[in-house]
Amino acid sequence: MTGHVVSMRLYLMIFIALLALTALTTAVAYVDLGEMNTVVALLIAVIKMSLVVLFFMHVKYSSGLIRVVVLAGFFWLAIMLTFTLADELTRGWTGNPHGWGPAISSSQKP
Amino acid sequence: MRKGARRMSETVSSGLPAHAERHHVGHGPELRHHFEEAEQQHEASTLGMWVFLATEILFFGGLFTAYTIYRSFYLPGFEAGSRLLDVKAGAANTAVLIGSSFTMASAVHAAQTGKRKLLVTCLILTMILGCVFLGIKYTEYAEHWHEFQVPGLHWDSAATFFKNAPNGSVELFFCFYFFMTGLHAVHMIIGLGIMTVMLILSWRGRFAEKYFSPIEISGLYWHFVDIIWIFLFPLLYLIGGRYQ
Repeated sequence: MTGHVVSMRLYLMIFIALLALTALTTAVAYVDLGEMNTVVALLIAVIKMSLVVLFFMHVKYSSGLIRVVVLAGFFWLAIMLTFTLADELTRGWTGNPHGWGPAISSSQKP
Repeated sequence: MRKGARRMSETVSSGLPAHAERHHVGHGPELRHHFEEAEQQHEASTLGMWVFLATEILFFGGLFTAYTIYRSFYLPGFEAGSRLLDVKAGAANTAVLIGSSFTMASAVHAAQTGKRKLLVTCLILTMILGCVFLGIKYTEYAEHWHEFQVPGLHWDSAATFFKNAPNGSVELFFCFYFFMTGLHAVHMIIGLGIMTVMLILSWRGRFAEKYFSPIEISGLYWHFVDIIWIFLFPLLYLIGGRYQ
């Protein structure tokens, strides 16, 4: 009565898809794709997460309120990652401002 | 507050005075008195769990952010450290956890359709798979201990020396490895505790089609812990240049 009853058939399909994606991500790790290895691994992880969140955790059948809370969690995570990386990864882009001593340039990332 | 609640109750009334309908008619003891209907109670439980999970996302998120930053600083050390992990154990554990998520989802299905025996069976299977995960994790930890790969406690710089990796960077990778998988394992142990309580309540027949929220939100927690591992597995085990 309360909540949507997801069929066992769909659960089983999601389960098989998750196992297949696990096998895929493991296999791809042994192929040299350069920097794309990381991208592909994370992409597969995000797909797997989406399947779990949407079907096993029933967000696909949830109310708008719950969807907003779910998205808020990931949105704040995105803020943390983006702003931190925006600082750390762009430090080498510009030279030191005039008057900054060598102590600062030598303490740049190792 | 009271006025608002009163008004809401009147909107669902069916002729009876809102007060009488709210307290007695047509529902079992599982519907708490501050809720109008089972649907609303279920929604409130689910919302509360998701708010908690949002804090958990950021709790683990701090570690994931730190991992990303230090990985970009010390890439050779992190790749060398990653290749010291056992991919087979990691992949097996991923499959085990996905299996446990499947049995957990089946447990919710069983509760929703009022199948008590199936519910108990699914919860037991979920707990067994959770224990298998922790068992495999334990053998990995034991292996790292044996190989002097535990920073601060049992570490040998000579045994983990890589000519391209800066001094201490492999050690740093293993710090992240133990903190991230350790925190995840703590969540698994808490999850097993929750499942034990759910198993006892299910055995006593507390859940049925009308009332299964505790099973549902315990399941949300269990799936969340699974999702953390879905990210830990590629980040720690896979993207360290396995093809080399």
